[in-house]
Amino acid sequence: MLALFDKFRKGHFAHGVHPHYHKETTQGKAIKRLPFAPRLIVPVSQHIGAPAKPVVKVGEEVLRGQVIAEANGFMSVPVHAPATGVVSDIGLMPSAAGPKTLAIVIDVYKGDSQQVHYSDPVTLERLSRDELLQRVQATGMVGLGGAAFPSHVKLRVPEGKAAHTLVINGCECEPYLTCDHRVMLEDPEALLQGIRYVLNILGASKAIVGIEDNKADAAEAIKAKLKPDDPITVELVETKYPQGAEKMLLKSLLGIEVPAGGLPIDLGIVVNNVGTVAQLGKLLPQGEGLIERVVTVTGSNIEKAGNYLIPIGTPVRFILEQLGITAGHDEIILGGPMMGMALASLDVPITKGTSGLLIFKERTFIDKQGEQSGTVFPCIKCGRCVDACPMYLNPAQMGWLAGSREYGQMESDFHLNSCFECGCCSFVCPSNIPLVQYFRIAKSVNREMKGKA
Amino acid sequence: MSQKPIVLHTAPHVKKPQDVPMIMRNVVYALLPIVAFAVYQFGISVLLLTIVVVLSCLGTERFFNWMSDKPSSLNDWSSTITGLLLALTLPPGFPLWMGAVAAFAGVAIAKVVFGGIGYNVFNPALAGRAFVQAAFPVAITTWTPAFFSGRFTEFVPSTLTSPLMMPPETAEWVKQVAVDGFSGATPLGMMKFQSISTPTADLLLGTVAGSAGETSALLILLCGAYLIARKMMNWQIPAWIFVGVIITSGVLYLINPDKYADPMFMLFSGGLMLGAMFMASDMVGSPLTPKGVMIYGLLIGFLTVLIRQFGSLSEGIMYAILLGNAMTPLIDTWTQPRLFGAQPKKGKSA
Repeated sequence: MLALFDKFRKGHFAHGVHPHYHKETTQGKAIKRLPFAPRLIVPVSQHIGAPAKPVVKVGEEVLRGQVIAEANGFMSVPVHAPATGVVSDIGLMPSAAGPKTLAIVIDVYKGDSQQVHYSDPVTLERLSRDELLQRVQATGMVGLGGAAFPSHVKLRVPEGKAAHTLVINGCECEPYLTCDHRVMLEDPEALLQGIRYVLNILGASKAIVGIEDNKADAAEAIKAKLKPDDPITVELVETKYPQGAEKMLLKSLLGIEVPAGGLPIDLGIVVNNVGTVAQLGKLLPQGEGLIERVVTVTGSNIEKAGNYLIPIGTPVRFILEQLGITAGHDEIILGGPMMGMALASLDVPITKGTSGLLIFKERTFIDKQGEQSGTVFPCIKCGRCVDACPMYLNPAQMGWLAGSREYGQMESDFHLNSCFECGCCSFVCPSNIPLVQYFRIAKSVNREMKGKA
Repeated sequence: MSQKPIVLHTAPHVKKPQDVPMIMRNVVYALLPIVAFAVYQFGISVLLLTIVVVLSCLGTERFFNWMSDKPSSLNDWSSTITGLLLALTLPPGFPLWMGAVAAFAGVAIAKVVFGGIGYNVFNPALAGRAFVQAAFPVAITTWTPAFFSGRFTEFVPSTLTSPLMMPPETAEWVKQVAVDGFSGATPLGMMKFQSISTPTADLLLGTVAGSAGETSALLILLCGAYLIARKMMNWQIPAWIFVGVIITSGVLYLINPDKYADPMFMLFSGGLMLGAMFMASDMVGSPLTPKGVMIYGLLIGFLTVLIRQFGSLSEGIMYAILLGNAMTPLIDTWTQPRLFGAQPKKGKSA
C-alpha cells in the first residue's frame, strides 16, 4: 500500500532510517588548513586494489607532491608525498582496519615553504580518452566518499558498454559529516570543472548532481556557477540514510533499480562522489597528485570541531593535539558513525578515504538522550530491520541463520551479498543485535570457503 | 593524551533509542489505564486478580531462570505484559488460584519451554487463557455485572475460592447486586444464544459484562493509539484484523441480517479490540513483512467471525490469534521481501 505510493514520489527511495544528523556543529565552519605534523605515515595501500610499490628509500629526501609509490598495475593508484621532508622509515604501521600495513614514514622539514614542486600542467582538451584516464590514475585519485575505489577504474567504461549519464553524489547522508557540504559550498567552480572533465572522459551527455535537501544552500551555490551550455542539473533528494548509497541515489533521482549484483554502468550510468570530482577538477589540469583532503573533525563537545584540510598521513594523535582534545575519550571513529571504523590506536593516519574523524565521550555517541542498556536481547521478530533495509533484505532471518552459522544459506537463499553494510538494521534493532557485524563475518567466511574450494 | 582505554565497537556506532525493555515498558504503560478502568468497572476483585496473575507470571519466569541457572529475565518487562493481558482476559470473578494456574501455564508452557522472550510461538497470555478455558470451562464463562454497587468493598464470592476447590455458585449473589435486568450474559453470548443485540455506544464505553478488560472498546483503542504514536506497535496488524472482521461479518450480514450480527457489533464487542490491539500485535508471534502482516491480520479477522458465528463458543478472538500465531512461520516463508533490483525470473513470468 505504502510501497505503491512510494513509486510516485520523486527524490525518494523506500526504507532507510532517520538518525540524528548532528551536522549543525560543523556545517557552518569554513574549511581550514591544519599544520603539518612533524611525522607523516603514508600507507601504500589507501585504495581498493593492489598496494602501490614504494619507489623511495629510507633516508631519501622527498618533495611535496612527488610520487613515493607507483601504481602496481591497472587496479592500483600511485601515492604522493604529502609534505617535503625525509623518508625515515618504510615498514608496517598501524591502520584503521586493524592489521598493520606497509607505510612510508616522512619526517617533515620544519620551516619549509611546502610548495608543491611536482606538477605537470596540460591542456586537457587535447588529450584522448585513454590519456585522460592515465592522467586520472596519475593523480592517485580514489573515491573520497569512503570506499576509496580507484577513480580511473570507475571512469573507464567497459568494452561493449556506454555511459550516457554521470551522477554526482552530494548526499553526504552519514550523520556528523559536513566535508562534502563545505566543498560544494566553497568551491563549486572546481566541482563543475571536474564534472566537465569527467563527462568528457566518459563520453556521457549529461550530469545530475544529487544533493540531500538539508543542503539546499550547496545546491544553490552550484546552480549559481552553472554555464548556460552545461549539460548539468542539480536536484534535491530526501534527507534520509543511506541516500548516498549509489543504488539508493539512482532510485531517488531516476526512479530506477540497478539490477541486483549489477553495477550502474550496466544501465549506462556512472556515479561519483562530489569531493572526488571537485578534487579532480583541481588536480587534473595541474597534473598534481592527491596529497590532502577535507576531513570533518567533530564529536561530542569538541570545541574546535570543524572541517579541516589535512595532509594525507597525518596521525590522529596529532589532530587531537592540534585541536586541544585531551580529555578522556571513549570512542574514536574514522568515517561516519554508521559505517566508520573505531580506532584501536591513535597512531593511525588520515588516508585518502577518510571523510571524518569523530571523537565521542562515554555513551554520548548513542543517538539520543535517555538510557540505553546496550544489552543484547533475543530477536523479538519486530520486523524493524526488514522495514529499514534499503536493499529489501530480511536481516532478521539472516540473523537467525548467522546464529546457527548457516552462512552458505544466507548467501544462497537470502541474498547476503546484496548487503552493502549500511548498518540500518543494527541501528533500529531494539534487541541490540549486531546484525551487520554478523553479515560481515558471514561474508568473509563465505569468501574463505570459496577460496578453499 | 588520555589514559582511558579506547572503546572498540563495530559500525554502526549510533543506535536508535528504542530497545526491548523500553518498548515493553511502554506497553505496560498503555495497559495500565485499561486495568484501572477494569478495576473501576468491576471493583477490587479485578484488582486482586490482576495482582495475583502478574505476580504469578513474574514468579514463574524467575523460577525457571533460577532452575536453568540464568540471570533474571524479568527486567525485559515481557512477563509483566503477559500478566496484565492475561488478567484482562479473565472474567472479573475468576477464582484467584485458577488465575495463578493460567499464569503458570502461559509463561511456563508457552514461553519458557520455547526459550523465553522472542522464541515463543504463541502469545503466552492467550496460551494461558486457552489452558484454563479447557481446564475450568464453567468458571471462565461465569460473568458478573459491571458497576454493581458494593464492588469497592466486597469481592465477588468466587474470587476467594480456596485453591483446588470449585468456586461457589454466583447466580444468587448476582441477583442481589445486579443492576436492572442483568442476565449474566455477555453481549456476544446474548447475540449468539438469544439474538439480542447490544447498542454500540454501550460497547464503546464498556457498560456491559465481559472479561475484566475487554469491555470498553474506546479506551483500548486510545491506549493502542498511544503505542502507535510512539511507533512501538505495528498499526497494520489491528487495522488488517478490523478489515478482516468487517469484510467477513459484512458478507454474512448482507446474506442474512436477522441471523448474523452487523459488522459494527462484531468489531466492538467481546475481546476483539484487546486481542487485535495488544495480543495479535505482539511482535514475537506476528509476521515480519507488511505483506505477511496483511495475510495474518485478515486471517485472524476472518477466523474470529467464523468462530463467533458458527463455533460452539461465543468468543473467537483467542483461538483466531493462536491459529494466526501458528501460521506465522509459514506466512513468513511465503512473504520474503523482494530484493532491491531483483530481476524477474526467466521462464516464470508469463
